[in-house]
Amino acid sequence: MKIKKILPQILTLVFIVLIFGFFTMNAQENMETRGLDFGFGFLKESASFDIQFSLIDYDGSHSYARAYLVGLLNTLLVAIIGIILATLLGAVVGVARLSPNYLIRKTASFYIEFFRNIPLLLQIFFWYFAALRALPMPEDASLLFGSSFMTIKGFYTAAPIWTNGLVFFAFFILAIILIIFFNIYAKRKQEKEGKQFPKFYISISLLITIPLLSFLIAGVDLSWSYPEIRQMSQSSYTFDGGFKIPPELIALTLALTLYTATFIAENVRAGIQGIGKGQKEAAASIGLSPNQVLKLVVMPQALRIIIPPTTNQYLNLTKNSSLAAAIAYPDLVLVFAGTAMMQTGKAIEIVGITMATYLTISLAISLLMNWYNKRIAIQEK
Amino acid sequence: MSINNFDLLKSNHQKKRNISLILGVIFFSVGIIDFYLNNYFNTNITSFLPRIINFFTPLIFAVIGLHLIRIEFSGIKILDSLNKNINTSNFNAVLSTSIILLIIFALPPLLNWLIFDANIAGDTKEACTGGGACWVYIKVWFNRFMYGMYPNAEQWRINVTFIAVLAFMAAGFFVPARFRNYLSFYYTILLPIISFILIYYIISGGSFGLVWVETGAWGGLSLTFMVSFFSLIFCFPLGMMLALGRRSNLPVVKYSSLSFIEFWRGVPLITVLFMSAVMFPMFLPEGTYIDKLIRVVVAITLFEAAYTAEVIRGGLQALPRGQYDAAKSLGMGYWQLHIFVILPQALKLVIPGIANTFLALIKDTPLIFVVGLLEVVGMLNLAKTNPKWLGFSMEGYVFAGIIFWIICFSMSKYSQKLELKYKTDR
Amino acid sequence: MFKYVKQLTSLVAMVAVLFAFTTETMAAKKSKTLKNTQKKGFVRCGVSQGLPGFSNADAAGNWTGVDVDVCRAVAAAVLGDANKVKFTPLSAKERFTALTSGEIDILSRNTTWTLTRDADLGVTFVGVNFYDGQGFMVRKDSGITSTSQFKNGISACTNIGTTTELNMRDFFNSKGISYEPVAFEKADEVVAAYDSGRCDTYTTDKSGLAAQRTKMSNPDDHIVLPETISKEPLGPVVRQGDAVWEDIVRWSLNVMIEAEEYGITSGNADMMKTSENPQIKRLVGSEGELGGKLGLDNDWSLRIIKQVGNYGESYKRNIADTGILPDRGPNQLWTKGGILYVPPAR
Repeated sequence: MKIKKILPQILTLVFIVLIFGFFTMNAQENMETRGLDFGFGFLKESASFDIQFSLIDYDGSHSYARAYLVGLLNTLLVAIIGIILATLLGAVVGVARLSPNYLIRKTASFYIEFFRNIPLLLQIFFWYFAALRALPMPEDASLLFGSSFMTIKGFYTAAPIWTNGLVFFAFFILAIILIIFFNIYAKRKQEKEGKQFPKFYISISLLITIPLLSFLIAGVDLSWSYPEIRQMSQSSYTFDGGFKIPPELIALTLALTLYTATFIAENVRAGIQGIGKGQKEAAASIGLSPNQVLKLVVMPQALRIIIPPTTNQYLNLTKNSSLAAAIAYPDLVLVFAGTAMMQTGKAIEIVGITMATYLTISLAISLLMNWYNKRIAIQEK
Repeated sequence: MSINNFDLLKSNHQKKRNISLILGVIFFSVGIIDFYLNNYFNTNITSFLPRIINFFTPLIFAVIGLHLIRIEFSGIKILDSLNKNINTSNFNAVLSTSIILLIIFALPPLLNWLIFDANIAGDTKEACTGGGACWVYIKVWFNRFMYGMYPNAEQWRINVTFIAVLAFMAAGFFVPARFRNYLSFYYTILLPIISFILIYYIISGGSFGLVWVETGAWGGLSLTFMVSFFSLIFCFPLGMMLALGRRSNLPVVKYSSLSFIEFWRGVPLITVLFMSAVMFPMFLPEGTYIDKLIRVVVAITLFEAAYTAEVIRGGLQALPRGQYDAAKSLGMGYWQLHIFVILPQALKLVIPGIANTFLALIKDTPLIFVVGLLEVVGMLNLAKTNPKWLGFSMEGYVFAGIIFWIICFSMSKYSQKLELKYKTDR
Repeated sequence: MFKYVKQLTSLVAMVAVLFAFTTETMAAKKSKTLKNTQKKGFVRCGVSQGLPGFSNADAAGNWTGVDVDVCRAVAAAVLGDANKVKFTPLSAKERFTALTSGEIDILSRNTTWTLTRDADLGVTFVGVNFYDGQGFMVRKDSGITSTSQFKNGISACTNIGTTTELNMRDFFNSKGISYEPVAFEKADEVVAAYDSGRCDTYTTDKSGLAAQRTKMSNPDDHIVLPETISKEPLGPVVRQGDAVWEDIVRWSLNVMIEAEEYGITSGNADMMKTSENPQIKRLVGSEGELGGKLGLDNDWSLRIIKQVGNYGESYKRNIADTGILPDRGPNQLWTKGGILYVPPAR
């Protein structure tokens, strides 16, 4: 009996060890013949190449490790913006899919069916190579919203210039802390006395007034730098000042948002439909308005069904952002597993680091989701 | 007297209702016509108004019209259903009108570009005289988009192989009841082997008098199908093994399956393909060289097997424990229990999930451009930079989009049908 | 009795394995790549994805170009027929890994010879078949005629993972100009981005600029600026670790250049067998045993010259006559004012 349990395990172990050993031996032998060495020392070397778009200070004299950081931050930037936008869009479309209004319902399902069935890479190519290339050159661009320009070279808009920006930030954090405490206090008060506070309005007003106070009393100031057109040669112009978003980032975010929002919309729809009719009827019978039913009864329960598959979609979005390598957006794969790998030749180390990074992000999100699942499950009791 | 309180048995109310209706229809039509004129005839009948209001006049008129039409029980059936569906409140009226205006704004130019102004006759770039899409470009490159760089004279071989494989797949439905038990064996083991042999000898060639065509020349939509097909049939048995391993009680087996699955699910497919192109040859003894296509299929198979394993595991979990207990009480061992009792039932449950995986697989095939294989999207990118055909990238993407959309949409509809069918079975 | 038979059998088996192993190892000392190539029957050559003049395929799938001719020379030397080559188009990203992984045996893809590449990537450069430099291309209507007219904020398109990316940075830094690098993987995408106006300038080796210009929608709308901002010696590359194969490729290229030096062409190679100049006789194989030293037969150099031609013929056929770069510039023999000076084949 014991043998039956131990034998398959030993066989599996031997099999795994053999395979890993075979690969490692071959890799070592191949690297020796080619004169390559295995090591991570290259991370300290200077990168010698510039990156088009970076959130932190970077140029070619910095190390490969810093280039890795730039790529990682760019990936996270796309992922976070994409997740926020896709969630908003997906929630709206998901709810619209259940609307009694025929036109809205059909439009929502048309959107879902259309964008879900076309490969993401094709959508990215379309937005970048076909749509954004048709934008006008800077000299022909028309003014949008008073200070922004949408051109083939990117989206230029006004940039904020802070004096004492950190003080403003501190006030902002203070406002958030106050809001959290207030909400906890209001909830306790409500459970004890049944008094309902207009939590939402008070929170919003706190969020707005306290940072604004910093302008009055702490010497914070905000001015804007506007993009101004400058001629570089007889036929090409550019904008100085202001803030520029490269078209690569726009195309990637647009494609990722539109694609992932379809899946999130389906999850939201399944979540709302999964609530038994009895819940809605019982809530209506105690006199709650349709809005209150949605907010207090349906959404909390629906969230339990919606969150796990949606977290999966967030993960997919983060992984799909690696398709940036197909257009020239400098994300982790393009900068590190692309340019850096080609310049240093350290394929195994670099691909290993890249995969480890993505694995860490996936595991982090999975852990977060497991923690959240456990938290809601307890409340059920 | 609000509109909603008509008591239609009174004749003067009826008159009021009729007036309201007619006014409403007039306003609504004015709104729509104004919008249409604004966009297509560049005339603006309300240009005397300030600019902001002028922009919104069609919307305002149409919403007023809908408001007037909104009679709760008008007695006219069509009107009632229209009101219930589109016009339940002012907010809904605004939304509906916006959608209608959007359709009027977008649909005619789109149809013009796609069909009415498009060119399809001719052979060269000069034949595209209209302002619309240049389908001549697609027509000229059609062979390349379907078959890649495969020599024109040999393309019949690809067609023959595909028909043969489809025939073999369909044959499974026509076997007499005697052989039904062996169907799963047929699909998971025999069919892959037969298909591989067919593809190796007919498409790749090199013997029986057929010219050898190297895998680098395969491409287009036929490559998409080949890669998806092989990845699917190989990832299925592997996924099954992994799912069983994940649920096993033996710690070594369980944790190695778990780490394998979590590893492949946590990394993006593009890095996996990159690894197979760049790193994988380093891990093989010097001098051995495995064909690029095989490496790609192996990489995609391992990747998709992890997702398939999760889907199958969901199916295994959904089976009631009673099945396991009953089978064990009949004296079945681990393998007998699974092959004859558990897996047939679990697989029925997960067919929609497998169909989803296949769909995701087809949508992931364009990524193989990183290793230099050119399927449909890759061929598109190649064609659009040909000096004789510059500037037609839009037509190419629309064409590829349509093809993929048709394939994926039909597959998802079919899988929904399957899901309904198998749901009622239980 | 049976016990002795068993022991004897295992002893014989062990000796046989050892023997096979040693002969295998001894044969491997020669050149694995050479052996594999002769076994396969074709040379595996990595080329670009379509660069007119260097490696470009026509509609029927025939490859032509000076880089292509290097591989054809090796095929003529090793296999006897210059057409026994399999060409694999590679992007700048995958070219070195295709070489080190064993997918190709020669990389002839206008690759710049640098220290880092020689030392770090596990490859060896075996010569230079085109001396070039990096330049910039701009639109004629921009009015720019020199790189000194570049202004801050210029956007420059180029390929990922090339020396171009690094040189571009050095150049703009030295001039103190802030620029926006836009780097794509495929040369076609770079050209499309520049052509559409996304970038103000396109930078790569000047020969590449001249060649890619022929692929643009209006070639006459673009000019190549006169400044050369770096040295770009382009040449064939092989894997590190196979010294015999290195020598074969190196000397195949050298023979082509030296043949032009002595006036041997594909037309008169046979006649030159009876020349009075001993070096000419060595080059056409009627004297000396040079082939055997490389593991080849003695007609190897004759076949190269007859089937592919000398360097001048290759250049004329692919680059001069097609109008890409009629002036040979530094790519001329040292006796005629250029810098092509190769070690003698003797």
